[in-house]
Amino acid sequence: MVDVAQQHLSHAHSGESRRDFLILTAGALGAVAVAATVWPFIETMNPARDTLAAASTEVDLAPVAVGQRLTIAWRGKPVFIDHRTPAEIKAAREVDLTQLRDPQADSERVKQAEWLIVVGVCTHLGCIPLGQKTGDDRGPYGGWFCPCHGSIYDTSGRIRQGPAPLNLAVPPYQFTGKSAVKIG
Amino acid sequence: MADQRPGAGTRIIRWIDHRLPFFAMMNHELYEYPTPRNLNYWWNFGSLAGFMLLVMIVTGIFLAMQYTPSASLAFDSVERIMRDVNYGWLIRYAHANGASMFFAIVYIHIFRGLYYGSYKAPRELLWILGVIILVLMIATAFMGYVLPWGQMSYWAATVITSLFSAIPVIGQSIVTFLWGGFTVGDPTLHRFYALHYLLPFIILAVVLLHLIALHRFGSNNPLGIDMKGQQDSIPFHPYYTIKDLFGLTVFLLIYAFFVFYAPNFLGNPDNYIPANPMQTPNHIVPEWYLLPYYAILRSITFSIFGIPAKLLGVLASFGSLFLLLIVPWLDSSPVRSSRFRPIYKWVFWLLVIDVLALGWVGANPPQGIVVTVGQIATFYYYLHFLILLPLLGKIERPHPLPASIAAAVLPGGSGMAAPASLRKS
Amino acid sequence: MGRKLAFGWLAAAAAALSLTVAASAARAQETPPLPHQQWSFDGVFGTYDIAALQRGFQVYKQICSACHPVKHLFFRDLAALDYTPDQIKALAASYKCTAGPNDQGQMYERPCLPSDPIPGPFPNDEAAKAANGGALPPDLSMVVKAREGGPDYVFAILNGFVPAPAGFHVVQGKYYNEYFPGHNISMPPPLSDGAVTFADGTKATVPQMAHDVVTFLSWAAEPNLDTRHRIGARVFLFLIVGVGIFYAAKRKIWAAVH
Repeated sequence: MVDVAQQHLSHAHSGESRRDFLILTAGALGAVAVAATVWPFIETMNPARDTLAAASTEVDLAPVAVGQRLTIAWRGKPVFIDHRTPAEIKAAREVDLTQLRDPQADSERVKQAEWLIVVGVCTHLGCIPLGQKTGDDRGPYGGWFCPCHGSIYDTSGRIRQGPAPLNLAVPPYQFTGKSAVKIG
Repeated sequence: MADQRPGAGTRIIRWIDHRLPFFAMMNHELYEYPTPRNLNYWWNFGSLAGFMLLVMIVTGIFLAMQYTPSASLAFDSVERIMRDVNYGWLIRYAHANGASMFFAIVYIHIFRGLYYGSYKAPRELLWILGVIILVLMIATAFMGYVLPWGQMSYWAATVITSLFSAIPVIGQSIVTFLWGGFTVGDPTLHRFYALHYLLPFIILAVVLLHLIALHRFGSNNPLGIDMKGQQDSIPFHPYYTIKDLFGLTVFLLIYAFFVFYAPNFLGNPDNYIPANPMQTPNHIVPEWYLLPYYAILRSITFSIFGIPAKLLGVLASFGSLFLLLIVPWLDSSPVRSSRFRPIYKWVFWLLVIDVLALGWVGANPPQGIVVTVGQIATFYYYLHFLILLPLLGKIERPHPLPASIAAAVLPGGSGMAAPASLRKS
Repeated sequence: MGRKLAFGWLAAAAAALSLTVAASAARAQETPPLPHQQWSFDGVFGTYDIAALQRGFQVYKQICSACHPVKHLFFRDLAALDYTPDQIKALAASYKCTAGPNDQGQMYERPCLPSDPIPGPFPNDEAAKAANGGALPPDLSMVVKAREGGPDYVFAILNGFVPAPAGFHVVQGKYYNEYFPGHNISMPPPLSDGAVTFADGTKATVPQMAHDVVTFLSWAAEPNLDTRHRIGARVFLFLIVGVGIFYAAKRKIWAAVH
């Protein structure tokens, strides 16, 4: 029995390396197959075509009076549209940027000074801040106040107090007419 | 070599193994597991079936993430998977055709067992667990077929659940209970979805038992004689791992052909019409893998001993499946493999033809010659198991069995073992 | 005994005869086999012909859509027909979609968006039946996959309006169609030569329009066919190489055992 084994080993030295090559190739093929199979499964969990297609929302701004705030849904999230009063614009522009946690000038956050458009999701842990409805607590800066963990935003949607790290996000948008805006 | 300190990986494995002998078990059952050296390609179908079970579970879980089990939304949610979900069409076609592939593999696996007598002592429980897996598979496939909520889904659900109305006295109450209403509807779809998700994991558990039973005495082999020593066996790895992998790749070619080039060939066009409780399709046909049972069901058009045809048909149909459970005791021959059974070998092929004929009958409308063929084939099916199998063992004179596996398959017949160097021990 | 046997034979012959008669009666109701058409999407490397898809969509839009919805198609899907985002947006805006409720709780009409489903001709199936003498014009976005024979069947139906054979009873308000099961179809012949004018100059004959619209409907039923065929070819190539390598490896490993 041992003889057979020895014989096999000695006469098949070149065979051994070919065998190694075959096994390596087979292994590589298997690895590629597994990777190529896993990919479609992962992809199914990414947003589907219908989800991506509904990604833009058009809003008519005409009925929104000065000082009024409007909430609309964009990608299933609330977007805050604030028709700001001159006093609110002034307050937003007079802030010393060096005191801000996430320094950003008000002019960088709006396309038209009277319209502030931000995603109404607190940058701390995703709650929706108060301040859209009349009678809501808007916090000491006249912007928004998040009831979950007490983050306070100003009239430019910037973080002023509380645990949130960033300003309320500005969604991509453009004015499509005199009083119409397309978000997304 | 011996005094060399083992690497970190080895030490971690040893640490775990000392406490939880997982790796040792894997090594024992999948690596050095002694396997008859003479298994032919018909033995590939066991591992293929296991592969398909995993494919079905994985594709199913990803489909479940997108599917909505509600009568008003199910059909559209399946179309959304087909159209909008990234690679959704691929996963769904792989799942739908996978069911057919799974059944094809399992049927070949079963007929292999019948041909080589794999159900005989001491493997009776192994066989019975296999039959239980088949029954669970049929239940799972049936409920899965209902989920797209097309016309065939709906009417298959109606017809199959109505089988239980054949039960005397309480039949109709049972059907109402199964439906959760007065017709197949939203509650039915919901419970079928829940059970369709659950059953594959029960199948997985029974498969584990099937494997434990298999590894108790090892695989049967084409000669049907026991392994008598080292010279009769080879380690599972690398011999059968590479053979299984090769077989798997060949199988994948067939599977991929259906998924990519004929994804609806095995399906029914009617199932792309949304379920309509007010209209039955002209031809109700089950999926191909259920056709023989369907043929038996329809073949009983007469009553015996006052048992009405409807009940008798249901009993005959279910019976054809449950009959398999007692096959180990119906077969009276001490010889396992058909190779040494000159008469049974032919009778086996007659059974294969018989089952194919039942499939043909099930696919065609029950008129004229189809009914006659169905009745003869049903009769023969029962004749095979209840009369021929017990009788043959008594009257057949088997050929002499070889002394050992090695003696039969190795040149010279002296029994030369596989080289020791290849024996990973 | 002999008489009994003879009687048996006679009975069998009578049964066979009655079967033949029944079969020929059934055949009068039967449809001829579907002629197979050449489709660009047939076969392993088949793809949809974009020009045919565009012409087919035009036929659907100008003729079929008067009665038939395409329930599973969205305007955005038309990007596969090589329409630009602006063209799709303009096309969508030419349809009215119901939206709402608005602040007053009312549903309202607005121009459709690319993300909307293409609106059908009727608000619901009952309205469709009422407008079509009780017959429901089926959804066309699935019809090619939902009929035995697929594209060949739909093509045959569109070209199957021939004069009824002598003695065939065409039901009041129905039309004779050679390929329709039972031959009595509720749909009047939808296509006539020159019914549409193709922008690319293709002559709008009935077979041409039928072929184009069936191509479009095949795409509507199976929009991912092109991708499926492309990926399939790669998978096959890969697997064939795999079979070769695994077979060689198997031979090599087993060499010592045989």
